Amino acid sequence: MDTEPQFFETNPKAGVVGQPLDRVEGRDKVTGKAKYSAEFNALPGLVHAVLKTSDVAKGRITGFDTSAALKQPGVLAILTHQNLPKLAKTPNDAEGKKAIGAPMGFMPLTSDQIHYAGQPVAIVVADTLERAQYAAALLKVQVAAEKPLASYEDPRAELFDPTKVQDGKTPAHTVRGNAQAAFAAAPLQLTHKYTHAINHHNPMEPGATTAHWEAPDRLTVYDATQGVTRTQKALSTMLGLPTEQVRVVTKFIGGGFGCKGSSWPHTILTVQAAKAVGRPVKLSLTRPQMFTGMGHREDQTQTLKVGATQDGKLTALIHEKTSTTSPWDNYAEPNSKIINMLYACENFESSYQLARANVMTSTFTRAPGEAPGSFAIECSLDDLAYQIGIDPIEIRLRNYAEKDPSTGQPWSSKSLKQCYARGAELFGWSKRNPKAGATRDGRLLVGWGMATASYPVHNSQGTARARLYADGHAVVQAGATDLGTGTYTVMTQVAADALGLPMDKVRFELGDTRLPTAPNSGGSVAAGTVSSSVYMAVQDVWQKLIKVAVLDKKSPLYRAKPADVEVKQGRLQLKGNPQKGEEFGALMKRAEMTDVEGNGQGRYGSGYEDAQAAANADPTKKDEAAHHSMHSFGAHFCEVKVDPELGTVRVTRWVSVHGAGRILNAKTARSQIIGGSIFGIGAALMEGTVRDPNYARYTNASLADYHIPVNADIPDMTVEFVEEHDPYINAMGVKGIGEISMVGVSAAVANAVFHATGKRIRSLPITPDKVLETKAVQV
Amino acid sequence: MNNFSYTQASTAKEATGILKDKPAAAYIAGGTTLLDLMKAHLQEHPQLVDINMLPFKGIEQTADGLRIGAMERMSDVGENALVLQQFSAVSESLLLAASPQLRNMASIGGNILQRTRCGYFRDAAFPCNKRVPGSGCPALTGDNHNLAILGTSEACIATAYPGDLSVALAAFDAVLTLENQKGKQRRVPVTDFYLLPGKTPHRETVLEPGELIVAVTIPTAAHTRRSTYLKVRERSSYAYALASAAVGLDVQAGTIRSARVALGGVGSKPWRSPEAEKVLTGAPATEATFRAAAAAALRGAQPRDDNRFKIELAQNTLVQALLKVAG
Repeated sequence: MDTEPQFFETNPKAGVVGQPLDRVEGRDKVTGKAKYSAEFNALPGLVHAVLKTSDVAKGRITGFDTSAALKQPGVLAILTHQNLPKLAKTPNDAEGKKAIGAPMGFMPLTSDQIHYAGQPVAIVVADTLERAQYAAALLKVQVAAEKPLASYEDPRAELFDPTKVQDGKTPAHTVRGNAQAAFAAAPLQLTHKYTHAINHHNPMEPGATTAHWEAPDRLTVYDATQGVTRTQKALSTMLGLPTEQVRVVTKFIGGGFGCKGSSWPHTILTVQAAKAVGRPVKLSLTRPQMFTGMGHREDQTQTLKVGATQDGKLTALIHEKTSTTSPWDNYAEPNSKIINMLYACENFESSYQLARANVMTSTFTRAPGEAPGSFAIECSLDDLAYQIGIDPIEIRLRNYAEKDPSTGQPWSSKSLKQCYARGAELFGWSKRNPKAGATRDGRLLVGWGMATASYPVHNSQGTARARLYADGHAVVQAGATDLGTGTYTVMTQVAADALGLPMDKVRFELGDTRLPTAPNSGGSVAAGTVSSSVYMAVQDVWQKLIKVAVLDKKSPLYRAKPADVEVKQGRLQLKGNPQKGEEFGALMKRAEMTDVEGNGQGRYGSGYEDAQAAANADPTKKDEAAHHSMHSFGAHFCEVKVDPELGTVRVTRWVSVHGAGRILNAKTARSQIIGGSIFGIGAALMEGTVRDPNYARYTNASLADYHIPVNADIPDMTVEFVEEHDPYINAMGVKGIGEISMVGVSAAVANAVFHATGKRIRSLPITPDKVLETKAVQV
Repeated sequence: MNNFSYTQASTAKEATGILKDKPAAAYIAGGTTLLDLMKAHLQEHPQLVDINMLPFKGIEQTADGLRIGAMERMSDVGENALVLQQFSAVSESLLLAASPQLRNMASIGGNILQRTRCGYFRDAAFPCNKRVPGSGCPALTGDNHNLAILGTSEACIATAYPGDLSVALAAFDAVLTLENQKGKQRRVPVTDFYLLPGKTPHRETVLEPGELIVAVTIPTAAHTRRSTYLKVRERSSYAYALASAAVGLDVQAGTIRSARVALGGVGSKPWRSPEAEKVLTGAPATEATFRAAAAAALRGAQPRDDNRFKIELAQNTLVQALLKVAG
């Protein structure tokens, strides 16, 4: 495009955007004032629901014995497929699934079929939670059980070749160049298998829904969801109600990590239960139910073939993934995407194979695709570096992609070289002994590993509203959600700067479908989309006031051309003569305006670039080459200490450096990167859900047995951002940091373990048994 | 969880009397394990008898060792100066267990009675011979990653006691004082307290219905003063042991005069190893000796598909623990 697009210029020293400010909602959270979705307890007549789930993974319900349960005091209803009113639409067919936006092509309690262990089979409603739980325990479900299939690893599993994976979003086959021929001709050939355990999101706040029918056809739902609009669409479609008659509210979320990114069965079941008993109903999933209620990262094996020249230049990448999916959906997280774009390589091919098993549908989980995909490519790159005897950073620089290999497009911005350099400097990488298994700290083996991170800027858009009051305060709103990562805070900062008001004069409201529509907090899109929506809404406020000013005889700006007026720190003034102007408050009081409202639409990703191109560029010159590939990049550096006798691996130092566009709040951003990296360390070293091969039921569905890192597992972590100015992605230059922090982490840890021990462990998590049982290789 | 009534007992007689009338009732002390079991419907009791008021308290020096009341808390015992001086392995076993919050609540008696973490036992949807005798053991052909390799049977391969304290108690000849419903006390060595699963894995200890653990006594010796507890787990804290070792050595002039060895995480019960002690006693305190002892300790191991690594891991754990105390 001919002119650089509009970019919100703020002075980080004068303004609050970028400053490491405390969370605006922090006090409410720590004092208990913040209301989560299961805490709307003052609703009149609120009662409690408990899900009864299936013990077996496959079979048919032949009946229920409700006699003992119904006799219990306080029990209001036991709802099953036999007595639950039919939904207007279910996801049980492809059309319904699409219309609903359902994550799973199956709705429990619509038939007698049992397809997975933990599948809801009944809802029990009672006046207290304890009575509902007790009645649910007394409810007997009669089942004709069949032998289930647990995973793609079962010899009975039938692998098939889907045409698309990830709910039809990703083609199952990608071919670029001729990877097979290039691999066959490559002087260096690596073929390795990588396996990844099942991971569960395990947010502290479980899935929770409070449903309140305010009228027979009007509903308010307080739901733990990453997107109120998506949940509203799902519920209204299933219920056959006009969208606007379903209100969804999510004021606070205790973590989601993808599992709250879709509307899962418990939410509509709670709504149906509330309808059935004619009272508001609240339901929280139990911790065990969190393992079979809101999806997971699927069990999977990747095979990655790498062809390279003698000096380590990639010539071919062939990626195959095999994973387990549900009886209905072709879901696989898209691991191949990052392998296709991370390094310069002319020839690429990827394919996916699936096997149906008696499991629920897996779903986006903490950097879906990029996290396990990066494990494969980043370990193989490390292998290649050792094979030709060069530094792991050097192998990455030799294959540095100057443009996106998967599309041929130039990058909108890419600071990866700076990330490598700064990360290496902070870590002291130059002091690394290149030899594996050669560094010791007493009995312990010391290893240093690194890996590249990247995450795409997905296309998204949303809206926001800003209302500025003459007395100098403002309320800014968007129907976004705050996963706990800082949306409330950063949007307050953006609005405060745009309005020229102090932080405490701006209130940002979110989490309600009555507010302007915003996207899901997922795919790292929220910060980029909502910040530009807020910014655009404030610009609309100023444009409205400028129009008032130029028509007001008493204004210094009377009869000025609106285009000649600018707003700086809340003062309307002439661009050429800043002395000529006035504060918005004076103007509004004179005009007897109590407030002025602005609305804005924010775009993020390719849609923003398209809109800018359309607005700014010569349309005759517009072509594909003007489009950019948009990604964040980063680098992780990790030190581990491995006990060679006991097989234990502990991360002892950590450095992450990312280039992710404008950082809206240095403190919340740092926290977010730390949290995401800890996820990654968890996946690398300890997280894994085990599905029994015969019963297709999890054997460790608790936080005692599904290990996530504890404080003692995590060292001090150094996090920095490279300053990056990206004018193509949105009005704020914000790329978003929701997932990038996890990408590459497991590889950095595995590479450090290899450097420590000479043992290449390609199966996550890297637990002591694998460290002991893997043989060291000589390099 | 089922409804239950709650009664506070102030004497052992009162507590055992209630259970005499209501055999399905259960004692509750810290409740850190019982409430979990009840919430998951693994144990159902119509009545809980709170025994926290019972006078089973105190950590006292006796003529030959220490006497620890069963109602003492894990944290208090783990941090007690007498315990630290005379039984460092016991202190370590307590402080490496659970989390500070749990250690502040959990009693010594309750810890000794904690039940297996086997995933098949902990989920009532699975068959389990320990929970429902005769229903089968899915662990044999399922997920046995963290199950036992010593003392198992075809009926059960669980590490019936998953914790740490009893491993140290088993190593150091600790004796439990029990009191039955008639008010009669008896003394049972910890090594005899737990039962091997055999064909009756639902029978886990020799405790009779209604019988209470009153106290644990541990004799002090040179090998208890020079002792340690080493615990290997998948994360740095708040995890059960994959393998652990409680060891004590009396080394004089390079020769081992007496040795105590018990393993955790690998046996159907806290696994005292007389085989390892035999190798150690009278031998030079060298790594070669320790490796021979470790081999002896694991000689009878019967691993399954997922827990084969525990043989090497348990041996290495034992060797590292011995190297540590040998100094």
